Amino acid sequence: MFTILEKRLLAENIYSMKVAAPRVARAALPGQFVIVRADAVGERIPLTIADYDAREGSVTIVVQTLGVSTRKICALEAGEALADFAGPLGRPSEFVHLPVEELQKRRFIFIGGGVGTAPVYPQVKWLHEHGVGADVIIGAKNASMLIYTEEMRAVAARLYIATDDGSAGFKGLVTAQLEALAAAGSRYDECVAIGPMIMMKFVALTTKKLGIRTTVSLNALMVDGTGMCGACRVTVAGRTRFTCVEGPEFDGHEVDFDEAMRRQGMYRTQEQRAAAIAAERAAGHQCKIGLDR
Amino acid sequence: MANRIPRVPAREQDPATRAANFKEVCYGYDLAEATAEASRCLHCRNPRCVAACPVGLQIPDFIAALREGRLADAAAVIARDSSLPSICGRVCPQETQCEGACVLGVKGEPVAIGKIERFIGDWSLEQPGTPAAAPAPRNGRRVAVVGSGPAGLACASDLAKMGYGVKIFEALHEVGGVLVYGIPEFRLPKERIVAREIEAVKRLGVEFETDVIVGRTVTVDSLLDEEGYDAVFIGSGAGLPRFMGIEGENLNGVVSANEFLTRANLMHACDEAYDTPIRTGRRVVVVGGGNVAMDAVRTARRLGAEATIVYRRSEAELPARAEEVHHARQEGIDFRMLTNPIAVLGDERGWVRGLRCVEMELGEPDESGRRAPVVKPGSEFEIACDAVIMALGTSPNPLIASTTGGLETTRRGCIAASEEGATSREGVFAGGDAVTGAATVILAMGAGRRAARAIDDYLKQK
Repeated sequence: MFTILEKRLLAENIYSMKVAAPRVARAALPGQFVIVRADAVGERIPLTIADYDAREGSVTIVVQTLGVSTRKICALEAGEALADFAGPLGRPSEFVHLPVEELQKRRFIFIGGGVGTAPVYPQVKWLHEHGVGADVIIGAKNASMLIYTEEMRAVAARLYIATDDGSAGFKGLVTAQLEALAAAGSRYDECVAIGPMIMMKFVALTTKKLGIRTTVSLNALMVDGTGMCGACRVTVAGRTRFTCVEGPEFDGHEVDFDEAMRRQGMYRTQEQRAAAIAAERAAGHQCKIGLDR
Repeated sequence: MANRIPRVPAREQDPATRAANFKEVCYGYDLAEATAEASRCLHCRNPRCVAACPVGLQIPDFIAALREGRLADAAAVIARDSSLPSICGRVCPQETQCEGACVLGVKGEPVAIGKIERFIGDWSLEQPGTPAAAPAPRNGRRVAVVGSGPAGLACASDLAKMGYGVKIFEALHEVGGVLVYGIPEFRLPKERIVAREIEAVKRLGVEFETDVIVGRTVTVDSLLDEEGYDAVFIGSGAGLPRFMGIEGENLNGVVSANEFLTRANLMHACDEAYDTPIRTGRRVVVVGGGNVAMDAVRTARRLGAEATIVYRRSEAELPARAEEVHHARQEGIDFRMLTNPIAVLGDERGWVRGLRCVEMELGEPDESGRRAPVVKPGSEFEIACDAVIMALGTSPNPLIASTTGGLETTRRGCIAASEEGATSREGVFAGGDAVTGAATVILAMGAGRRAARAIDDYLKQK
């Protein structure tokens, strides 16, 4: 069991949880993820790592309630425990293996969309701690859905905020913000984009046009997360790759996003049914049309 | 003469009933049946069955003990060489091992060694608090075992019996490896058999830690250098599922057998009380002819699908256990032999709608000694289906090899190890599928046991 040390509501339906997981905390690096199971009947779901502290033995995850499993995780309070918390999984971001002098020559732009902002943070923080400055764009629907702005401000060279409705920062999508920066003369060698698949797809199209090398972090479906099941296969540069062991980060210009988005919906029917049953149960309602069967 | 008695049939669930449930297919022998079957053994002076057993079980000895009603003795004979008799009795390919070598099989039916072993193993599990072998006093040395499948369990229990402190690190949330995520309930009951066999290993003093992915959470090096283990055994299993590399393989509705079975077995996706989803489809095609293919197709059948096996060679080459193929046929599985998929066909929404196949014929023998299947020209045809399960074996998971200093791999990417399990790295041993590629429970167990002896030798000299 892995005790939740701290829980915070970051935005509507988005929570951060600091979890006691000393082994994971010691081994974690930017770019990696964990597999979490809420309880003994829970699903194994992959979640990105938002922060880690080896000394404290803690790992922070940021979770948005989307289905039965994420809702179950978010319903747990500090002091309670997750049944399983396995990781860190996936390959760390490429830059952690490169010499710092090399990195200092690169101009990085990070783009975090919605809950995808959280896994951007440890990457920018790592670079900051190694003396490498990086610009960051955070995007959200509106000001109230923005997360990690203060944390990011502390580690980013320059922080740009974009909201769909203009309630904070730039009015428009992160891609428009990026193009605006480019038009104003900002030059970047490397872009890292993490967020909804559709955002990553359009960031990749934009950076291709701008000639910026781009890394994306894919949130594919997974069961074990260790290479055993192959549920997370994704086509990159025409080849099938396993997100869990060969990713989660891939060259954004080579990913087949349309296939990846389609594959994310593989269990949607079952998930919607499960959500309907859970809602019925929560309401104490006895199902008469057989949804629970 | 003993061999005039016909082989005692093992009682089974009715095929039509069992095709709709996950309860065990075979009920096994009771004492009277097991004793009657035991009386058929000729007690050959040079028992070929023993030589054909990967772990060298003293088969005639435990059969004799059973026939004389000395069940505890029979169990003790097995326990000397095997820690998992209830499991091996159920999943070993006996027809190519012990029973395949039985003299009675030359003219008639061999002794049902597997069913007898299973009976003794199950009897043993029923005996409360009497471990088949007692743990030895601790010798102060510690060994880390990577993976809690058959290889790891066998290695760990032998080491514990020798007095070593043993901890097994398991990547998943439950221990048992393939016994839990791979082999279905209807072939190997989880609570009644697997959990109790693991309980028996725990009683020997073996510790378990789940959710530890060696190569990520910790490394072999950190286990040796930081956590103070004196040796490490790697029994991490088979690895990444293979796909065919044909068009349409990433369509929605195409899954690996590993994924399908892991959802059904480890994650209990067929049980409403569990959260993990599973999608079976109405018409499922399983590609492959091994045990995993049989497990997947029969699981799909039990979930209500019309289920078909597509295999590129002929029935004679099916690598699955004969009993599984027989049971699958009884359960209404459609077998399409000498058939090979060349493309998965999708609908406009990106979901599977069929499988394009070609007919094959057998040509000259290939490097495996089996006649190689070759395509019959102009034989293309389609099978309509809404789900495809690929059961084509696995390729090695590079995780441990790539994160362990000085650990050599074979040309195929498996961990290179001697017959005794020694790797290129001092103090690091390996066995089971991680070394051989996908094989059987009993071979993995045998490798784990040999490695335990090698680790003992190594640590005694150190």
